[in-house]
Amino acid sequence: MLDWLKPQVLALQNFVTLSGRAYVNLFRSPHYLDDIILQMDTIGVGSLPIVLLTGIFSGATITLQMSRALNQYGASGEVGQIVAISLVRELGPVLSAVTVAGRNASGMASELGSMKVTEQIDAMRALGTDPTQKLVTPRLVAIAVVQPLLTILADAIGLLGGYLMAVVALHLTTDMQYWSSAHQALEYDDILQGLLKPFVFAQIIALVGCYYGMFTTGGAQGVGRSTTQAVVTSIVWVFVVNLFIGQFFINLK
Amino acid sequence: MATPATNGDQEREVLRMEGITLRFDHVTALDRVDFSLRRGETCIVQGAAGSGKTVLLKIALGLIRPDEGHIYIFGKEMTRAPEQDWMEARAAMGILFQEGGLFDSMTIEENVAYPLENIKAVHCPRDEVRPRVEEALQFVELGHTLEKVPSELSGGMRRRVGIARAVVTRPKLVLYDSPTAGLDPITATTIMALVAKERDTRHTATALVTHRYQDGHLLANYTWDAGRGRLARSDGGGSASRTRFLVLCEGRKVFEGSQEELESSTDEYISQFARRWKE
Ligand SMILES: Nc1ncnc2c1ncn2[C@@H]1O[C@H](COP(=O)(O)OP(=O)(O)OP(=O)(O)O)[C@@H](O)[C@H]1O
Ligand SMILES: [Mg+2]
Repeated sequence: MLDWLKPQVLALQNFVTLSGRAYVNLFRSPHYLDDIILQMDTIGVGSLPIVLLTGIFSGATITLQMSRALNQYGASGEVGQIVAISLVRELGPVLSAVTVAGRNASGMASELGSMKVTEQIDAMRALGTDPTQKLVTPRLVAIAVVQPLLTILADAIGLLGGYLMAVVALHLTTDMQYWSSAHQALEYDDILQGLLKPFVFAQIIALVGCYYGMFTTGGAQGVGRSTTQAVVTSIVWVFVVNLFIGQFFINLK
Repeated sequence: MATPATNGDQEREVLRMEGITLRFDHVTALDRVDFSLRRGETCIVQGAAGSGKTVLLKIALGLIRPDEGHIYIFGKEMTRAPEQDWMEARAAMGILFQEGGLFDSMTIEENVAYPLENIKAVHCPRDEVRPRVEEALQFVELGHTLEKVPSELSGGMRRRVGIARAVVTRPKLVLYDSPTAGLDPITATTIMALVAKERDTRHTATALVTHRYQDGHLLANYTWDAGRGRLARSDGGGSASRTRFLVLCEGRKVFEGSQEELESSTDEYISQFARRWKE
């Protein structure tokens, strides 16, 4: 039991130390602006197509699935509301985070992991830079800025997907009614929740991805292992934290 | 601990490690290892795979903290020094990593310029960076590769870039981790000639990890003849007396001494690292 626990505790300790350093570096020079911008580009622009595709199809799918139930209650006019709330509170943030985790937690783990096994991380330290400052903090900052923006776009295009399904394909409701019910449904704290979630998820993705990268051992095989673990772990944590944030906002009311 | 070294010797002592012990989960990577190096001295570190050669070099650079023991760099105790102090100390140390450690997202020029631009204690003015990078690349005879990226070079060329990057800051101590591993004999000799050239033109302290007996033999018996631009057999004394051999076995230092002593060792493990024929 103790033998099993020891590596876990050690891993947690390493993770916490790495994360702590990544945040402390926010207030310490040098700041690698170029790296932040480069990461925003790879994470943000690079993930845009897949996030948008996920968004539009999930918007259309909820509409399709809800249409029957709503018809039964004669409430098909309210479809905009359902799409808006489920997208902005839940599906937008979670699905975007899952797609970005799949794409970028793995990307970070494999990039840093291969730097680790080829001793590039050691070389950085030996040649005068702090690898956390140069590699982890820029990724953390970049994704924390980009993820909420991606989520807003996913929400918007999801609403559009719902609209196409509800109004154009299924004729459940009218143009006006769809958009106004969607608009009315959203309250201030929905938007807040919808923005806070991606901001938090982004940090989970970056820290978990970088952690697995920085602590890779065992050559090319080790890089593969880190990559898989980074995706699995970050997605699990996204779902866990999602529940807590949801609970927090419900308690708030 | 009694050290016979006189005061003057200590001043020239570049690196000193005492009783270094390093443990990982299930292995003791280093077990009470002592190690020291003076200016102009060469130390050849040998040992089977996993015997702790790489971790020994990384501890010397402060990249790994030992569990026990003391480290002195240029006479200054660094055992518990903060990263800041290590950064400063590393300005006078160069290293060639076993796995290369070249940044593959950067060009050769950027790679070699990296220590000049990032180690604060090096104090290299901006307009001197380019000439010094060119000089270092010329030193390893790769002056024409500035714009290339590491993946475009052959394994031997990458090693040479690694050496250029290690020596561009004009360090007083250079650590080479298996510079000839996986190279053909001709390229390996070229690399070793560069190691000797760096040592003999700038009188740096050199620690070299290797699997090849010939590498140690070369450093012990040849010097760089600057006039003729090639290696020449040294006429006794000289580098031979200043070259020590060290053999590690599962984290323990099992041998330290001259080439002669190494060759006359009858220990089964140690004698594997010595040449078993006479010229
Ligand atoms: N990060 C690490 N985590 C766990 N064990 C490690 C780590 N680094 C090294 N070791 C262990 O420490 C021991 C010494 O490793 P080291 O890399 O110094 O060997 P080496 O002498 O350089 O071998 P080689 O000739 O193969 O390069 C080995 O048993 C190795 O498994
Ligand atoms: Mg090694």
